[in-house]
Amino acid sequence: MDSVTLRLLSWMGEVVCEPPNNKLDRFVGTLYWKDSRYPLDNEKLLLRGCVLRNTEWCFGMVIFAGPQTKLMQNCGRTAFKRTSIERLMNTLVLWIFGFLLCMGIILAIGNSIWEEKVGKNFRDYLVWEDVLSNSVFSGFLTFWSYIIILNTVVPISLYVSVEVIRLGHSYFINWDRKMYYGQRDMPAEARTTTLNEELGQVEYIFSDKTGTLTQNIMVFNKCSINGKTYGDVYDEFGHKVEISEKTPCVDFSFNPLRDKKFHFYDHSLVEAIKLGDPMVEEFFRLLALCHTVMSEEKNEGELVYQAQSPDEGALVTAARNFGFVFRARTPETITLYEMGKHVTYQLLAILDFNNVRKRMSVIVRNPVGQIKLYSKGADTILFDRLDPTNDDLMYTTSEHLNEFAGEGLRTLALAYKDLDEEYFADWMKRLHIASTTLENREELLASLYEEIEQDMMLLGATAIEDKLQEGVAETIACLTLSSIKIWVLTGDKLETAMNIGYSCNMLRDDMNEVFIITGHTVLEVQQQLRRAKEQILGSGRETANCSKDAEKTEQYRNDSVFEETITSEYALIINGHSLAHALEADLECLLLDTACLCKTVVCCRVTPLQKAQVVELVKKYKRAVTLAIGDGANDVSMIKTAHIGVGISGQEGMQAVLASDYSFAQFRYLQRLLLVHGRWSYYRMCRFLCYFFYKNFAFTLVHFWFGFFCGFSAQTVYDQWFITLFNIVYTSLPVLAMGLFDQDVNEQNSLRQPKLYEPGQLNLLFNKRQFFMCTLQGIYTSCVLFFIPYGAFSNTVRDDGSHIADQQSFAVTIATSLIIVVSVQIGLDTNYWTAVNHFYIWGSLTVYFSILFAMHSDGIFRIFPSHFPFIGTARNSLTQTSVWLVILLTAVICVMPVVAIRFLRTDLYPTLSDKVRHMQQASRKQRPQEQNLKRVRRTSSRRSAYAFSHQEGYGELITSGKNMKAARLFPAPPTGRIPGSSSWIESLLKKRTEMASGAAVGPLNGSAERSKSENTPVQQQHID
Amino acid sequence: MGKKVAGSGPCSRIPDNSAFKQQRLPAWSPSLTAETVLPFFYIIGLVCVLLGVALFLTVQKIQEIQVDYTTSGTCDACFEMRSNKMSASVKCRCSVDFSLKENFQEDVFLYYGLVNFHQNLRRYMDSRDDGQLVGRTTNLKNPSTYCEPFAYNNGTPIAPCGAIANSMFNDSFTLKYLPPTGGVVIVPFYRTGIAWYTDKNVKFRNPQIENELLPQVFQGTAQPFYWQKPVYELDPSDPNNNGFINEDFIVWMREAAFPSFKKLYGILNRQSKAIFEHGLPAGNYSVTISYNFPAQYFQGKKLVVLSTVSWFGGKNIFLPIAYIVTGGVILVVAVVLTVVYIKIGKKGLNMEE
Repeated sequence: MDSVTLRLLSWMGEVVCEPPNNKLDRFVGTLYWKDSRYPLDNEKLLLRGCVLRNTEWCFGMVIFAGPQTKLMQNCGRTAFKRTSIERLMNTLVLWIFGFLLCMGIILAIGNSIWEEKVGKNFRDYLVWEDVLSNSVFSGFLTFWSYIIILNTVVPISLYVSVEVIRLGHSYFINWDRKMYYGQRDMPAEARTTTLNEELGQVEYIFSDKTGTLTQNIMVFNKCSINGKTYGDVYDEFGHKVEISEKTPCVDFSFNPLRDKKFHFYDHSLVEAIKLGDPMVEEFFRLLALCHTVMSEEKNEGELVYQAQSPDEGALVTAARNFGFVFRARTPETITLYEMGKHVTYQLLAILDFNNVRKRMSVIVRNPVGQIKLYSKGADTILFDRLDPTNDDLMYTTSEHLNEFAGEGLRTLALAYKDLDEEYFADWMKRLHIASTTLENREELLASLYEEIEQDMMLLGATAIEDKLQEGVAETIACLTLSSIKIWVLTGDKLETAMNIGYSCNMLRDDMNEVFIITGHTVLEVQQQLRRAKEQILGSGRETANCSKDAEKTEQYRNDSVFEETITSEYALIINGHSLAHALEADLECLLLDTACLCKTVVCCRVTPLQKAQVVELVKKYKRAVTLAIGDGANDVSMIKTAHIGVGISGQEGMQAVLASDYSFAQFRYLQRLLLVHGRWSYYRMCRFLCYFFYKNFAFTLVHFWFGFFCGFSAQTVYDQWFITLFNIVYTSLPVLAMGLFDQDVNEQNSLRQPKLYEPGQLNLLFNKRQFFMCTLQGIYTSCVLFFIPYGAFSNTVRDDGSHIADQQSFAVTIATSLIIVVSVQIGLDTNYWTAVNHFYIWGSLTVYFSILFAMHSDGIFRIFPSHFPFIGTARNSLTQTSVWLVILLTAVICVMPVVAIRFLRTDLYPTLSDKVRHMQQASRKQRPQEQNLKRVRRTSSRRSAYAFSHQEGYGELITSGKNMKAARLFPAPPTGRIPGSSSWIESLLKKRTEMASGAAVGPLNGSAERSKSENTPVQQQHID
Repeated sequence: MGKKVAGSGPCSRIPDNSAFKQQRLPAWSPSLTAETVLPFFYIIGLVCVLLGVALFLTVQKIQEIQVDYTTSGTCDACFEMRSNKMSASVKCRCSVDFSLKENFQEDVFLYYGLVNFHQNLRRYMDSRDDGQLVGRTTNLKNPSTYCEPFAYNNGTPIAPCGAIANSMFNDSFTLKYLPPTGGVVIVPFYRTGIAWYTDKNVKFRNPQIENELLPQVFQGTAQPFYWQKPVYELDPSDPNNNGFINEDFIVWMREAAFPSFKKLYGILNRQSKAIFEHGLPAGNYSVTISYNFPAQYFQGKKLVVLSTVSWFGGKNIFLPIAYIVTGGVILVVAVVLTVVYIKIGKKGLNMEE
């Protein structure tokens, strides 16, 4: 090998190829070497993320690297993500700015008129400055003065506060122990701090399947052998026992070659094996023989199976543990270690799997010389080809299969057949002829296969669990209850995707119809979609309501009403080919309409870019917040496109996590992220914004009212220092504390009442209407703040007769009223008074009075007489009963209407949140009883069929021996193959040209970084 | 990827289980339930009404009389004279008669009032130098630019500078009681003790230069344009009431918030004459005005106000009325809320399971 490497160093060649692009199934290039040209096409290309299997190394050349790889080209561009609230905020700030200009203009006009009518009489006392020439110019100057004075109405500090609050919320996500995954020591991580409140508004979730919903682990769970089921555990009373951590496992220690990670709980099966039940033995022998798995035995007894699909691996592993160890294979033989002794079978033929056949068979000759056909496949297919004597068994097995399917397991039926030597010889001959013909080879082979796979004897059935991640079904059920629509976008096959759909309860038997769109042309797709839509709506109600522009909200509302009227449940399943057509401009509306009418949407065999396109489609037309969740490199584009991207930090590398906005280890944490953190974030942010706008309006507009009494002269009502400190010191912290800690309902109830999530989706808590309400409240407050003291001060004196109606006392009175009113208001707005809230609210009041008295003290005046002219005002005014009476009256008039309105609202039109709060408070008095979300138990009669992520072509690979290595440890004689040939990878790739999983070039070497490739049966190996 | 940092434990990244980080801080969650809101409304309503009534009764006891002397009595002539700038320095005295229907009990305060005089204009309010007024000698000769154009008189710094000081009210009053038995009794007023303690003792200070008397200290400064006498001669009767600490001056310098205002002029001296021991007796009075302050420029009015005070201050009817109205409205709303709650909303908050 070293010499090869050395020779390679001196190798000189040139590759001319197409520029980087995102087409996964196409590559054109030419290799120039030694004056010859070698064409390079897709088959000679390894995409990024491919994994070498059964091959320790291969030489290659990097064509594209980094962002040029086809995978990265599929990623889509990174857009700057902003929340809708932030966009609304920007609009509102612009409006406020307009409002400010209006106020400035009104006051400027007022000033011009005043100067003309009144001011001119006053000019002896206050001569005009040199620059002033007429009242219009005075008005112009006044305009700018008022812009400066009233600028506090534009909430500049809002942006800073919003960021602080978001940062806090992000930390709360990071700190959440309930989103920490102990097994991998993985806490949740908020990788961005700008999107938190949008987590409370999600309407669509786009989820990847493998690694996100599922663990990508297949487990041999149950089986039915000769009419008897194994796998369930019963207690002494004959009740079924729920399998848990504590259930004792079957002890496989009798078997030295066992896989220690394999768990099985039903002891009766081992007993049956030990007793030597021939049917059971035959069952496992079949599992050990009929497959395309490659075994590797690095050290004696340490078997490693390389299976093209995890399902097959699970089956072979099961057989291995039950004493039928598949040990090695050559193109012509299969060696088993059967119940303690080596048995070598002669492999005569592999009748490979394909999507039509939905079964695979092997024909072997056992050491005794009998020729046997072993077949496994979809029950529907296999049951048709059984010997009639099997009817009874078929009936029982069929019932068992129903049972298995009901538990969401993937089932396979197993059958065998004894073959007659002569017949087989004849058949073999015909097979040979057929396989060498050029025309109709496929059909000829298929009919030959069909011929021999008849009159088989049923052995039983297997049930494999595609292990969902913990809590997936509950999470999906809960999210669905919160009116979040979940779409599954997967690169997997239709059957697999559907199977998972059933096991997560997204697809159910009681659904009215599951539409499967598999058209290959635009027309077919269009027809299928239209038919589906018509069926849902009832024919004749052709509505083309998907339009991008104009009255979107209006139309959206119609839409949702529309969608609600459809009570029956439908599901839409669409595959990648059809999706490509459906995503074209003229069909995308139809697709979206149909999809949105369905409860469940599953897209299978989609490319990474298509995932992003689907997300984009929903974003474009639905005006809804979308969330994409995935764990692999092929989810990156979707994660980047969606409003919120969530990465599952699994075994599949970091690309998804790095591109995501939030990451955690388990799908089920999504529920908590949205329903608890997202909801709170949204709620808090909305309350915060409302209060902030209210506060600024109440504070600033007092100047406006005062303008009418001070000749529009831009005299401020408050002390300059108060203006400076109001937003930063006196009022910022209580509202910040509310924005950080407030909870309307606690986390248990947030999860228990998924409907609580809906206000966020409908954008109810902060929208333009809410904004007007809170600014109106602010304006009202400012009015009261100004006119009550005005009335009270117009003819009043102190209790010692000296006057108090001076501007400074007036300023202090209004400022104090303002502080008290906004503090009471924040008190009303705060639903969750933690110690911090108490500290900040009472602290702010204390600080206000301390600073007030400090600034009005003698000492500071003596040092800076011109900067603190309010000396003594606080002392002289706040000791007056009348001033406090004014403050009290102002506060009462400001606050009471708010209390009354809120009380009436909660009393007459209580929201769900009010009700839950009420319940929460009532239950606190008693004692909270834990009521968990009822576990959704699924009942389904649907069989998963051959829901393997299985590919055709492996059988041929094995019989050709192309994928056999120099068998160092094989007990069977080594075949004379060239070691380390990488050609099988190419032929393998040939078979999976249509495979749509992500990954781009990096072919002739394997140094591409590990990344996820759904079911890519190539294992990577680094070349040093 | 996902690899643990070397040396850290198996669960090294598990977040702290503190109440703060898990958002489980103990908290009080109040809510607006009928049990709290309705009683609250009744109580606040009652409190407001009662306060309002109490205030109203108090205000009723306060006696107050306002005498507009702008052009009334013999003051027309003076008004006309002041309209003419040429005769600004000519002295003019006039008097206005009025009568008190009932006795003014206890302390009686004499105010002067101005209507439509904008002390609250921004440029007007800024036109002062607190540094000068607190007696800083540097500021005395270098008045702040805020005082412009009332800072210098032909290069001589003005003390006190600024528009406020310049426009100081300079009418003076003599109140005469005309007893039914005949004769004239001059009503004695304290002319000090009318300013805030802090203003008199902290905010306004005369500049101090060792061994120099007040006139010497103010040497090199000019009096404001509209003044007839320098600042150190404002009160000829009391040498300690001159300069920046002259209380009339201090009172004037505390700018009113609104264009119509009244400022304290004097407090009845009940000790000096037995007749005034219990306040002002009912009867006829005449006020003689040294009419200096022109009113026609700002088209305003000038008033003399006699008033008693209570614990609550002057005779301001607004606050009692506002309290009664507010209290009444709150009570009405409380009743409405109660009815709504009982009729409709009682079971609104229960969860429909």
